[in-house]
Amino acid sequence: MRAAVLKKQFESVLGGHLDWQSRPMPELVPSGISGIGLPRGCLTEIIGPASSGRTSLLVAILAAATAREEVCALVDAEDTFDPLSAAAAGVRLPRLLWVRCSHNAEHALKAADLLIQGGGFGLVAMDLGDTPSNAARRISLTSWFRLRRGVEHTPTVLVTVARQSNARTCASLVLECARERVTWSGTRGTSQLLRGMRVRAGRPLGPTERSKTCSPVFTAVAI
Amino acid sequence: MFACLHGSGNLTALAFEFSPLVEQTAPDTVTLDVSGLERLFGFPQDVAAAIARRAAEIRVKVHIALAANPDAAICAARGGVPSGPGISIVPQGDEAKFLGPLPLTLLAPSPELLETLERWGIRRFRDLAALPPLGIAERLGPEGLRLRELARGEADRKLVPLDPPLEFEDQIELEYPVELLEPLAFLLARLLNGLAARLATRALATDELRLRLKLENRATYERTLRLPVPSLDTKALLKLLQLDLAAHPPEAPIVRVWMGMNPVKPRAAQGGLFVPIAPEPVKLELTLARIQAIVGEGRVGSPELIDTHRPGEFRMVRPGWDRRSPFVVCQLVLRVFRPPRAASVAMASGQPGFVAADGIRGKVLELAGPWRTSGDWWTSNPWARDEWDIALSDGALYRIYREPRGWFVEGSYD
Repeated sequence: MRAAVLKKQFESVLGGHLDWQSRPMPELVPSGISGIGLPRGCLTEIIGPASSGRTSLLVAILAAATAREEVCALVDAEDTFDPLSAAAAGVRLPRLLWVRCSHNAEHALKAADLLIQGGGFGLVAMDLGDTPSNAARRISLTSWFRLRRGVEHTPTVLVTVARQSNARTCASLVLECARERVTWSGTRGTSQLLRGMRVRAGRPLGPTERSKTCSPVFTAVAI
Repeated sequence: MFACLHGSGNLTALAFEFSPLVEQTAPDTVTLDVSGLERLFGFPQDVAAAIARRAAEIRVKVHIALAANPDAAICAARGGVPSGPGISIVPQGDEAKFLGPLPLTLLAPSPELLETLERWGIRRFRDLAALPPLGIAERLGPEGLRLRELARGEADRKLVPLDPPLEFEDQIELEYPVELLEPLAFLLARLLNGLAARLATRALATDELRLRLKLENRATYERTLRLPVPSLDTKALLKLLQLDLAAHPPEAPIVRVWMGMNPVKPRAAQGGLFVPIAPEPVKLELTLARIQAIVGEGRVGSPELIDTHRPGEFRMVRPGWDRRSPFVVCQLVLRVFRPPRAASVAMASGQPGFVAADGIRGKVLELAGPWRTSGDWWTSNPWARDEWDIALSDGALYRIYREPRGWFVEGSYD
């Protein structure tokens, strides 16, 4: 009763009805790709099939975070990270902690949990991109919920890369990567070169949506 | 009661074994307060004998003198008037009589004063002690009076204490061997807490922790933990030690635990308002140790590229956050298969036409290559390969290569 009276007093002083239920929007940090922002203190999923540009997007996010002088951690479930490509993409390797889990998703989850509990990281990424789909689906919703609760109210951005969405409702943002086209140059058989890949990244389409023309598009340039 | 040790060797270490109040009187002379040692050893002769025994054990050649005041003990030790082998006991109240035969040069008077006393025919303590104080004050001044006091063994003063060397070490001798790490953790915690408390009282921290375990099979097992920044967080240090011992367990039960800490000044740094967040160093060290216990040694750290053209070469280093100016470009990156997947490749017109490997199968739709690279041919571990970038009919882009051992898929572009 007293709370209701206090609310009314506040509203009369501030002049108008206040929305008491809504929570402030999380701060969005630049991902290195125009039009894509990642919420701090939330779980973001990047999904897509092989060669869809999801790793290029992750590396661009890591490069942007290390460029902001944040300390990042990459938990690599399948040990697929290529430091040479990442360094060429602008990732400051000395500011990156790389955990190589040698094909064990359970170890990856434990390591990510420890890193989040340890705190102090600007970005924690968990790469399950080559983890078999059935193994990734076996990760319980409780584990994802624990990770989400771990980063909540912290300045850490938690990003996962996988073939399909696994965290479901625990993810605040899901970015689905789809390759639009691959650019080759030169003549086949003699001087052909892989030039890059045009990727569209956006939230997955709902059952009633038809196209995602508003989704950001970026080109990953071959080294 | 004071004792003076005059001789050669590590006199201060010997003195600190008997008293915490030690004065380094001269490079070859150390004076210590031995009041109270009578209750432990008995008569002053027994105290002196105990010191002499210990000196013989650690091979220090020393003359020991005990007296009621420090200066009398110093004069007796330097004069070497023995009441036993290398021992002088100056009886209380009879100092002047005991020190009387000593030469005046022991008091190190100024050359002018010594010359004056020589002319007067005064060469020994007893000669100076017999002179009237008023006459000495008139003719020789305060220095003369001070020399007379010393010669009579009446000078009294406080010792100028020497700080004991800062050694933060402790050990526990166990009554029965410890086999499991869990009971060992209690012993480690006890040592850690004691050493940390000693460091804290001196406003110090540690950046290196040394653990030496004596095993039942008479072997010695040593572990050293180095911290990135000085710390006194005993909980974190204990957990680090536990994780380290769990990863590298000793081969036999433990019968003695020795621990040492390197004392350093704690690092004080103020964080900036606009400085990006970074993990707390000691907490990060603990997190890394925990992750290392899960994923294995050498699999956590920052990647560092090696200055070579050999593909896939890098090394893992300890994370150290640098602050260099950044640049960001969206690059197409490779997902590396470790180890590379062996492939069967069907050639068509001298180029790969069909590729099959573990989880990969398809017709080559587009390709770029071959890119021929080689290196280290001047070493015992040369390498040479031809690389292709290919687009397969399964929809993915791969990098494949051929080397003398056969065809391999190195990774996929993603």
